[in-house]
Amino acid sequence: MSMIRGRVWKYGDNVNTDVIFPGKYTYTVSDPKEMPQYALEDLDPRFAKEMLPGDVIVGGTNWGCGSSREQAVMCLSEAKLGAIVAKSFARIYYRNCLNNALPALTCPEAVDAIQNGETIEIDLSAGEIRCAAGIFDFPPLPEAVMDIFEAGGLIEYTRQKLDADKRG
Amino acid sequence: MAQTFAEKILAKKAGLSHTVPGQIVEITPDVALSHDNTAPIYGIFQEMGGRRVFDPEMHAIFIDHAAPAPTTKHAENHRVIRQVVAEQGIENFFDVGRGICHQVLVEEGLALPGEVVLGSDSHTPHAGVMGAFAAGIGRSEMASIWAVGSLWLRVPESMKITVEGQFQPGVTAKDLALKVIGDLGADGALYISVEWHGEAIRAMSLSQRAVLPNMMAEMGAKNSFVPPDEKVIAFLDGRARRPFELVLPDEDAVYAQSHTYAAGDIEPMIACPHTVDNVRPLSQVAGTRAHQAFLGTCTNGRLEDLAAAAEILKGRNVAPGTRLVVIPASSQVYLDALKAGYIEIFIEAGAAVESPGCGPCMGNHMGVPAVGEVSVSTANRNFRGRMGTKESDVYLASPAVVAATAVAGEITHPKDL
Repeated sequence: MSMIRGRVWKYGDNVNTDVIFPGKYTYTVSDPKEMPQYALEDLDPRFAKEMLPGDVIVGGTNWGCGSSREQAVMCLSEAKLGAIVAKSFARIYYRNCLNNALPALTCPEAVDAIQNGETIEIDLSAGEIRCAAGIFDFPPLPEAVMDIFEAGGLIEYTRQKLDADKRG
Repeated sequence: MAQTFAEKILAKKAGLSHTVPGQIVEITPDVALSHDNTAPIYGIFQEMGGRRVFDPEMHAIFIDHAAPAPTTKHAENHRVIRQVVAEQGIENFFDVGRGICHQVLVEEGLALPGEVVLGSDSHTPHAGVMGAFAAGIGRSEMASIWAVGSLWLRVPESMKITVEGQFQPGVTAKDLALKVIGDLGADGALYISVEWHGEAIRAMSLSQRAVLPNMMAEMGAKNSFVPPDEKVIAFLDGRARRPFELVLPDEDAVYAQSHTYAAGDIEPMIACPHTVDNVRPLSQVAGTRAHQAFLGTCTNGRLEDLAAAAEILKGRNVAPGTRLVVIPASSQVYLDALKAGYIEIFIEAGAAVESPGCGPCMGNHMGVPAVGEVSVSTANRNFRGRMGTKESDVYLASPAVVAATAVAGEITHPKDL
């Protein structure tokens, strides 16, 4: 879990949730397993066909702006995307990533250096991104949300919390 | 210690004397808003091991995003929601036809000053018009609130936007919101609490003010706040569901950013394809052919918006080759517009008037564009593919401009008709 290795899919600034997971599917596609086939449909039709588990999306500023739809994260976490590295994230999108245990890493310097299509390595525990251009550090996740991340996501985290409450 | 609105209200709700930006607090919201996504949220709630919701009174549930149901699949989704509402004993449920969640929450006296509204919808900040702290969250987060009653929030930095002076006739809150988003960019207020101050804001009607927090989602804001005043108190008289207490920022609070605008300098603005911050003065794109004009949404589907459009459409016709779709934001707005004679004006002008809800805003139904077509809309979002097909252009403008565009068949300022 702490080591991620995969091919880079690089995109620009302000990539919004409508192109990551189109609104027209939000109430017709409800099974998470069906979501990956629509991932980035209106941005890069090749992505859904060719991405492999562990691959990494590299985005510019404000990745995931727009709707609160969690499918825009689930279509990627279900496909076992390794991580998203961006210059910055839209707020709800960022929360949705952490809540689905998809690493969302803010590292503007790495984004500028990483080339589309190259293979990179991310060491989550060391806080390092290793690419052809060098090694870049990223800030650790906020401590208060690490528990959710470590539980494997908010669903599992809340389940554990409910169980603990029941046991009293 | 001087505090901004966000710092003060989150401290109050967390039982602390004060908070600082970056601090993480655990909050129990006063309102948990969900809409057509209630059925999937319930599924996640069950997956979490939830059986009974933490507090049924906290919930406000709406069917508005695809309502009435356009397909059997949507209808099945609605059926599950009604079942959940009945099983869990949720009283604040607003079914097909009542209207758009953000508008109805305000009309029903459920958005109150000094309260916290969390909603599984990105335009939840809308409720900031009543002086609430209102922020959008994801589905899993909403399910977690259903289960345990609380959620972590990061105390945001704050931005103060002050608007002084008076607007020129025909310039609206929509033009101000577009101007600010164009200036500061789609990530201009990322994670930030945006407060609106100044005499031009105080002079606005509540209907106009609502456009501002509604559209701050398009600048990345976490929440947006208009200080509640005597207009808000008068509106809530006999309407508020609970006693409330105003929370106001301190005069000497510290803001991460401050911006000042002169209302008199703002001209009619329009957001061009395919981002909300691609904003230009209307005059620069006037003359662009429009196939469809859409008047409605949580941003601009209120009585005052319909009145502005009716004033232009009275005695005129929608241009041949152009459609006008009108969707009142709520059943209350619809009824008031009917009594005021606006609906008659729209129908006589050749408009299609649809039942309250989100309509074609995110491409669900009731007037989605064809490939290659141009829509001019009063909505808040114009991303590629937003209205259904990525092969179409969406422009965003004020109700009067949308009405004038319907009449002329091309993007038009009302004064040029």
